[in-house]
Amino acid sequence: MQDVSIVIAGFGGQGILSAGKFIATAALLEGREVSWFPSYGPEMRGGTANCSVVISDLPIGSPVINDADVLIVMNGPSLDRFISHVKPGGLVIVDSSLVLNIPDRKDISLYRIPASTLAVEAGNITFAIIYLLGCLAKQSGCIQRESFEAALTDALPTRHHHLIPKEMAVFDIGGTFLNEN
Amino acid sequence: MKPVFTRTTGLTDKPFHYCPGCTHGIIHRLIAEVMVEMNILDTTIGVSPVGCTYNNYEYFACDMIQAAHGRAPAVGTAIKRVHPENMVFTYQGDGDLAAIGAAEIVHAAARGEKISTFFVNNAVYGMTSGQMAPTTLIGQVTTTSPFGRRPEFEGYPINVSEMIATLRGAVYVERVAVNDFSHITKAKKAIKKAFRVQQEGLGFSMVEILSTCPTNWGKDPVASLRWMEDAMFKQYPLGIYRGQDLEV
Amino acid sequence: MSNRVLMKGNEVIAEAAVRAGCRHYFGYPITPQTEVMHYMATRMAEVNGTMLQAESEVAAINMVYGAAAAGARVMTTSSSPGISLKQEGISYIAGAELPAVVVNVVRSGPGLGGILPAQGDYFQATKGGGHGDYRNIVLAPASIQELYELTVEAFNLSDRYRMLTMILGDGALGQMMEPVEFRDVEPIENVAKPWALTGRKGRSEHNTVTSIYIEADVMEAFNNKLQAKYAKVTENEIRVECVDCEEPEIILTAFGLVSRICRNVMQLAAKEGIKVGLIRPITLWPFPSQTYAEIAAKPSVKAFLDLELNCGQMVEDVRLAVNGAKPVHFHGRTGGNLPTQHEILEHIRTLAGRNA
Repeated sequence: MQDVSIVIAGFGGQGILSAGKFIATAALLEGREVSWFPSYGPEMRGGTANCSVVISDLPIGSPVINDADVLIVMNGPSLDRFISHVKPGGLVIVDSSLVLNIPDRKDISLYRIPASTLAVEAGNITFAIIYLLGCLAKQSGCIQRESFEAALTDALPTRHHHLIPKEMAVFDIGGTFLNEN
Repeated sequence: MKPVFTRTTGLTDKPFHYCPGCTHGIIHRLIAEVMVEMNILDTTIGVSPVGCTYNNYEYFACDMIQAAHGRAPAVGTAIKRVHPENMVFTYQGDGDLAAIGAAEIVHAAARGEKISTFFVNNAVYGMTSGQMAPTTLIGQVTTTSPFGRRPEFEGYPINVSEMIATLRGAVYVERVAVNDFSHITKAKKAIKKAFRVQQEGLGFSMVEILSTCPTNWGKDPVASLRWMEDAMFKQYPLGIYRGQDLEV
Repeated sequence: MSNRVLMKGNEVIAEAAVRAGCRHYFGYPITPQTEVMHYMATRMAEVNGTMLQAESEVAAINMVYGAAAAGARVMTTSSSPGISLKQEGISYIAGAELPAVVVNVVRSGPGLGGILPAQGDYFQATKGGGHGDYRNIVLAPASIQELYELTVEAFNLSDRYRMLTMILGDGALGQMMEPVEFRDVEPIENVAKPWALTGRKGRSEHNTVTSIYIEADVMEAFNNKLQAKYAKVTENEIRVECVDCEEPEIILTAFGLVSRICRNVMQLAAKEGIKVGLIRPITLWPFPSQTYAEIAAKPSVKAFLDLELNCGQMVEDVRLAVNGAKPVHFHGRTGGNLPTQHEILEHIRTLAGRNA
């Protein structure tokens, strides 16, 4: 099965759900089947947030992921919660500025990117997730760079379009990190 | 011989089923006459309640709908939203409007729905045989307050007009009675004013009409009218509660 | 390049309704369907329609009752506890033979329950829910695309039969995004509504809408009329999807999202040499009983496995339809959990006698 299942998790406000939408939109633009499913709950801001994105060449079964190919996390609790759901051989991408614990699984590829620190240095904290998505695209091949850029154009309001070149630069930097496992 | 009184064409030919001495029939006639006089019989849609007047859709000659208990203001709201050019009224009793339908009437009024509500208050549930209503007076004996309504057990009556008048969306609220000729004439004027307010698109209008229930009050028709004047007028003073200066 | 757009299920419900000619929507906030209201709030303004936030679910369904009686295409949406509150109005709508669309984005129960996806309202949706002898047409979409198409269709069915059509979705369907492709022109059936309340406007008789039939014979005659209508709906409107049902060993059956997990499992089972078919009812009422009976009669079929996000509801209808011809097993998950492909496959292996 050609499914790629991606779980993105962190705190509300980190752009977790939007990141999922960017990925899903990019895959849609490539003509693939896609589903996006958010955590939804009583917490509106500051609570945990996660979403599941499935990309496939075939009709998608469940949008809810039991075993993920990819886990992207932006806070410690989410790593603890989801690490056991990653398939052997799966890809784990963490924001190491915020996630200090290191997963004790050796059967996964692990990318630790100080995304939040880099984003602050780059002048925009909302870029943090983009580093991680750049890594995702590079290491999993689940979406193309061009379609991600098109997805940003598609998903962002026009008033934010001037940020896109900078975001693509950030996206490219995300692809340069190496497996730490 | 020249007829001195004819049945209004605002009513169908079906005879009323109400008990002797009940004043629902008078109130029906007043609403029907007003619709004819205002030439709105062809554009009015009425909402019947649950209670003794559940089937007054058979009596009013305009288009009519029967609503679930207490829900007439919600039903009327939607009809008006679909047909804003039409006139919409609800006809509701005290159990229907002030108990089970308390939320619907408050919110329709608060939204300023351009509908008119005719609220018939006889201080008792009629159809289900004389239970205590939200408007039952202190000390009044009913089948569910056999010792008379006691504030410490059953609480206090609700003065609906006073309550609705606190809402900005309600632009015209008046309490009238149908106990004698002069009051009936005033009641008719109030009904007409409510429809006029709606016609002008000013907001929600309500006329509370004090009415009798000889059967469940255990009184003959004449004694019932006296009890309305002696007891009900004290708890429910007649008058305009909102829109005193309104000219329509 | 197709015109597929990525949209949330709840927003698709709203967009589909507007496209179907719905200009009146009455709702009350409840998770996980409130995005329908959000979307309607701006969309209805664009098309000169009405989105009214009611004071309660009870008021909202009675507004639906009023608007339907006034001849409008009208919808309300809610989730399980809210749908319970609406049952009074739903029964009145049936009793007054009014067309209306109600969407239930089901969450888990009973009580306040949870807000995660479930299918625990199957009984409520298909067996009445409110009081009295009535039926609703119940549609169960399995994807966002189908959610769109069935929402449009729900308005046509409602008008055609003067009855309430319910879309039975679930929290996942409402919350998830999937690609959807909208048609340029919707297949809207324009049904005359001479019974509607419009004001007499020169009509010689007044129209009345009511659900009261005080006399025994009148009430009975009305019930017989309803039953005749329901028989006609059963004859004409059953929708069911059968996948690989030619010569299967095991038949899976599920509605909504669960059916999609089943499809993936079928591929896994095929690799192990187990022939698995799927029956997916799209109309939960009328229920495709005949389809089950026919497939149950096939010699190749060893057993049925019914999968639901509840403790066993549709399985009762499946058992009635199969009528003892083959064993019908049940596999349910609740609380917002979905069955995994692995657990379903395990169950299939057991039924097929493939467990070493």
